[in-house]
Parts: sequence; structure tokens; C-alpha cells
Amino acid sequence: MEKGGEVIKLIGTHSSPFVLRVKIALNLKNVPFEFLIEYLPYKKTQLLLDSNPVHKKVPVLLHDGRAICESLIILEYIDETWASCGAPILPSDPYDRAIARFWAAYIDEKLFPPFRAILTTEGEEQKAKVGEVVAALEMLEEGFGKCNKGGKFFGGQTIGLVDLVLGSLVSWMSVMDGLAETQLLDPNKIPMLAAWAEDFCEVPAVKEVLPEIAKLVEVGKGIQARERAAAAAASSASVTAIGDPTVSS
Amino acid sequence: MGDARVKLLGSWASSYCHRVLLALRLKGVEFEYLEEDLSNKSPLLLLHNPVHKKVPVLLHDEKPVAESVVILEYIDETWKENPILPEAPHDRSVARFWVHFVEEKLGPAIGKVFQSAGEEQKAAAEQVSEYLKLVERELKEGRFKGRRFFGGETIGILDIVLGCGSYWLSVLEQVAGVNLIDVAAFPCFHAWLKEFESLAEVREAIPAQERLLEHARSVRQMMAMMTAPAWTKTEVPTAVSDEAAPVALTK
Repeated sequence: MEKGGEVIKLIGTHSSPFVLRVKIALNLKNVPFEFLIEYLPYKKTQLLLDSNPVHKKVPVLLHDGRAICESLIILEYIDETWASCGAPILPSDPYDRAIARFWAAYIDEKLFPPFRAILTTEGEEQKAKVGEVVAALEMLEEGFGKCNKGGKFFGGQTIGLVDLVLGSLVSWMSVMDGLAETQLLDPNKIPMLAAWAEDFCEVPAVKEVLPEIAKLVEVGKGIQARERAAAAAASSASVTAIGDPTVSS
Repeated sequence: MGDARVKLLGSWASSYCHRVLLALRLKGVEFEYLEEDLSNKSPLLLLHNPVHKKVPVLLHDEKPVAESVVILEYIDETWKENPILPEAPHDRSVARFWVHFVEEKLGPAIGKVFQSAGEEQKAAAEQVSEYLKLVERELKEGRFKGRRFFGGETIGILDIVLGCGSYWLSVLEQVAGVNLIDVAAFPCFHAWLKEFESLAEVREAIPAQERLLEHARSVRQMMAMMTAPAWTKTEVPTAVSDEAAPVALTK
């Protein structure tokens, strides 16, 4: 529960998985917050630029006016600040914490870049990106077996850091499946993760804030369209500007 | 192999490994160091870091922890003396933010300077300068104003992460001929670096400049031989690519 008089705000978008992980975490901890929407990539509010001058990206958590940036850092901050609310996001044992942090970093460094690139590539290049994502998911399937200690989640009986980090991509995985004709969470190839994804999305605190797939599809198509336009412009001119801060870290 | 409870698999020139060495020394942890030949990785390394196959790997009672920043947090949580992270959650988030900045932005930019030549190198050096300005500002008038170290009176995680890569700046200057840290432009950064390098634990953890210089020269020579005119992202020998050289200042 929010300690008396605190003001908590989250700057983000409806489509960013990095923002989603923070929304879910705050929800799990029952922390009420005000959601301040950014309409990226078209414009950034002065608040965002002032709160995250280094990266100018979402999510940014504002706690009594102090800014915390970078989704993984925000998750640890939430866990430490609201430790007595709800289940912990990180386990208590240092070794288990290290394993959780390892996999969280792995997802953002190895899985997310090719995953994101599915939207900005086509044909053989896209197939290669899908291959990288599938390989990363297979690695995570193994990791899940070692982390879950018999529970439904990477965090065991309750949602933990890795669940939040990977789970925030599940809705986008449906989008990618549609756009690239894939089945990323293939129950024949990665049965544990396929079951985990369903369990994750059923958790009330998650279900409440999951974005609508249809809206994400629109965002995805928008990214694809901008990418194609930029590629066309590049092939006829020398300057291209590709930068989509919508989905950020 | 000995009975030591704590072991570190590392590579002598890797700044990521120096980070872990330094942290263990700061906390007075006894450990056994095992040097890896990155051109011929040991079965032990492949067993304990199958995902990345990289150093450093910390083994604590045979349980492996990989990724240098993850290892640093593990060390801090396991051995409580001389903490390297502050206590207050917001201060911790600030330290982690700048560690992440070094990992994602500053480090790769410095690596690019090393890996490139000509116009590309010039652009990379300018990028490093832009990033260093941000750090300089935090030291001069921001979150770390007036402090001896980023961690305060004693070094913390950000000092370790930034410091263990920073000596490469002067090595790179000599090897690549690019001036990256002009004292006049970055006085606070220089002052901090001097303080960092003056610490006994730091001098014990980081090899002598001459050795690093020699190593960097041979790496750059190898790269020049492998790639003909344009130096772009290309294969580098295994010994170089996995955190054994300044090209990989990021993890």
C-alpha cells in the first residue's frame, strides 16, 4: 500500500513492453500510480526530457518527484521500496538473485534486439531474426527448468523478475506471430514456456494491464511502415533517419 | 584444482575480470584465480557459462555466477564488509543507472574508437566525448558533486565499473593515437581517475600499463591484418573478442 502522501507517477506508452513490466510490478505491489502517457515517437513531453535527460526514453518512474530510469533498475527499486507489499520480485537468496538478474539481462540483450528487428526486416533477414529469437527462447526454456523450483513461474510460486521481463513481451509475441507467420511460443518446441505464458497472462494483476493485441498490431504495422518508408528514402537519397524510441529500455 | 570455496575464472587483460578481482579484494575475500586461455576455452568455463562462454565467472562453492555486473551485486550481497552499493533505494538506482550507462553507451563507444580508423574513428571519438561530458557534469554539479569517489569516501560499484575500464583510455590514446580525455575538458573526471588509481587495491587488481599497452598494440595489429582497407565490424580473433581486450569494453 502506498505510504501516506506519496506521489507515484509512471511515464510511458501503452505499447512499450518495458513500461508494461513496471505497470505489472506496481500492480502486484498494490501501489497506486498516475500514468502519464507519452505519444512516441512523434513528440516527447518536457517532463520526460527533464526526468530522463540522458536517454529521453520511457519508462520513467517518478516517486515524490525523484526520477528512476531503465526498466530493470525501476523493478529493483520497486522491490526495495515496497518490500513489505505483496510478494518479493527478487528472491531472498543472493545466488537465486544472481540467476534472476542473469536471465533478465539475457532477455534484454539477446532476445529483445532480434525480436524487435522482426518488425524492421523482411524475407530472409527476418527469418534469421526469428531464428535468433527461437534460439533464445529455447535457452530460456532450459533456464526455466532450473529456476522455477516446481512452481508455475521463473520466480517459483509467485511472479518474479524474469517473469516480468519475459512476460512483458508475450503480447508482442502474438503480434509477431501474426506479422511474420511464426509461432514463437510453440508448445511442441518449448512446452514449459508455452504453459508459463498462459499462466502469466492469467494472473489478475497482469491481466488487468495487458495491452490489447489489436492495438499492438497497429503499432507494429506503423513501425513496419516507417521502416519501409525510411528504406525507400535511403535508397533514393543519402540520408536516412531511423530511430524509434517507442519501444525502449 | 584446489579446495578454495571461491574461484574466479578470468583473463588477465579483461577489464570485466578486473572489476571482480577488485571487488573481492575490497571485501577481503579469499579466492583462487584461474587464468583462461580465451583462444582455447577450458571445459570448466564451458561448463559453468554455457550461455555466453565468457569470463569472468565466479564460482562460489562450485555454483557459477556469470556477467560482471551480476557478479558485483552478488559479491556485495554475500560479503557485507565494505559495501559497494549505497543503502537507500534511490541512491542504489542512481548508481545502477550510471553503471548501465557505462555498459551500454560509454564502453561500446570507446571500443569503437579502438576498432576503427579514419573518419569512423573520429566520429567514435566525438561520441565518447559527448558521453564523458555527461559523466563530468554529474561529478561537477550533479549527483556526485564534491565526492572523492562516485561511492562517496570509499569506492562503490560505479567506481569499479568505470574505473576498471578507464585506464584503457590512456592505453588507447597511445595505441590508436586518439586523445579521448583532455584534462582541460574533463577536470573532475581526471581528478576522480587519479584518486581511483592511487588505491592499493586498484593497483593490485589491474596489470601494469606497459603490459596492457603491449597487448593492445598486438590486438590492433591483428585487426589491421585481418581487415584490409576499411575497419568496420568484422571478425576479430577469439582471444580478442571475449572480454580480453579493449574492443570489448562492454560485457
